[in-house]
Amino acid sequence: MAKPQILLADAGAIAGTTGAHMAAVEQKLGPVELIWGIGAVRKTLLILVLAAIWQIYASYLDNPLLFPTLSDTLTTLVDRFADGTLPARIGTTLNILLMGYAVGTLLAALLTVLAINTRIGTDFLETMTAMFNPLPAISLLPLALIWFGLGASSLVFVLVHSVLWAVALNTHAGFLGVSRTLRMVGANYGLTGFAYVTRILVPAAFPSILTGLKIGWAFAWRTLIAAELVFGVSSGQGGLGWFIFENRNLLDIPAVFAGLLTVIVIGLIVENLVFQTLERHTILKWGMKE
Amino acid sequence: MLQAVASPAGPAPVAGTTAPPLLSVRNVTLRYKTPNLLITATENVSFDVRQSDRFVLLGPSGCGKSTLLKAVGGYMKPVAGEIHINGRQVTKPGPDRMMVFQEFDQLMPWKTVLENVMFPLTVARKLPAKEAEDLARSYIDKVKLTRAVDSYPHTLSGGMKQRVAIARGMAMQPDILLMDEPFAALDALTRRQMQDELLQLWEDTKFTVIFVTHSIAEAIKISNRILLLSPHPGRVKAGVVDVDQANVEDGSAGALEREIHDLLFSEPGHRE
Repeated sequence: MAKPQILLADAGAIAGTTGAHMAAVEQKLGPVELIWGIGAVRKTLLILVLAAIWQIYASYLDNPLLFPTLSDTLTTLVDRFADGTLPARIGTTLNILLMGYAVGTLLAALLTVLAINTRIGTDFLETMTAMFNPLPAISLLPLALIWFGLGASSLVFVLVHSVLWAVALNTHAGFLGVSRTLRMVGANYGLTGFAYVTRILVPAAFPSILTGLKIGWAFAWRTLIAAELVFGVSSGQGGLGWFIFENRNLLDIPAVFAGLLTVIVIGLIVENLVFQTLERHTILKWGMKE
Repeated sequence: MLQAVASPAGPAPVAGTTAPPLLSVRNVTLRYKTPNLLITATENVSFDVRQSDRFVLLGPSGCGKSTLLKAVGGYMKPVAGEIHINGRQVTKPGPDRMMVFQEFDQLMPWKTVLENVMFPLTVARKLPAKEAEDLARSYIDKVKLTRAVDSYPHTLSGGMKQRVAIARGMAMQPDILLMDEPFAALDALTRRQMQDELLQLWEDTKFTVIFVTHSIAEAIKISNRILLLSPHPGRVKAGVVDVDQANVEDGSAGALEREIHDLLFSEPGHRE
């Protein structure tokens, strides 16, 4: 009679058949392949290539009024930094930006907490976002100028509009997307009201909230520069947008380019450095985003 | 010895137990709404759970066993009947009835294993941080996760996540632990291991637990008492007591399993 039997693999046989392939299980990649694998290296290389093309083309064109060279632009940039014009303009812009961003985010938090706790709050938020989200914030600037005059408050009003709806929309969607199980766990702990929102909903919806904050930042940055181009000088203190506009009027085109470059660099720093760091320490660490 | 008491009215009271029940469910009817239907999940269900019971709600899908557990947890209000725990009526969820869910996302992804277990201790039981941490660590040791104490949930396997959830529930030392098919989403090998570990934990602390499952074998392995429910709507079909006396070696567990199976699927039209 055949009986079930367990046949153990022979240790010698394993070594004999696979020993030759053991070295291939793990192998170090070459240094070139490793460096090419770093995204920052590839992107830096791309920027260097583009910079070279700029420099060569502008030198060939030789028309600083239309298209200054990269070296001219960089020299102007350094000069304007050294004489304190650019730092002051950047300071003005960022000051107003942070004010508008903070007020907008705060209002968004208030609206979403209201929306998640009451049905009328939900209706209010949904109606308001449906109305104002498609409306470019900059289109409110003429009205803001009449209401608040030529000053920082007009800019802040426009900024609040550009931040509020994007952040509120994403935060609310994030709250609604929190899994039923996690909500039941929160209720199990006896958490209600504000504690429930801050201890369960906010961290659970953090990927969406962060997306909202990023979109809000991008909207605010673009809106503010655009608004400053239209008007931007209040009590003799203009921002970056005004710097660009002013220098165009003076036909100081390298300075215009220097201003544009500053706008790009600040945008990049915030979007890539600040938000990416925040992301790395939160949702990436928590495994909520691949 | 093995006693399988089957009565349509509910489990017969067992002689020799006079202590008042920890949890009493009396004539509970539960209904919930879907967008176009009003569904009766359970009808006129009664049962008692005593201190240190391992009480299993068993039945085929659609018998309302999970809904019944949610009602005990306070997530649903019965349309008729009452649920009392320690003499207090259950009206809302609370930390005296800790739930362990089937889903792996019941852990908070933004907290480490230790923080997950500590969180309800500090929030619901208001323990000072040091005390909560000591208690949490001792229960994490009990479920053999000492090495993973500072890991985030997304780095853990399904079985480990469920262990954390069990440690979190037990560390609260609730009156009753409610487990809603906690091992259903695990692979067969891990499930068996978890069942053994759960019994081991029970030997250590003799906690009271209600366990929902649709596996007859799991019910027999885990429980000392089983409540059998019939589907559509959920009604009590029978109660099984002294299940822990069933033995795998002498075949009594297998016999009980067949008996329960025949009982559950005896009605025509309910064969699965």
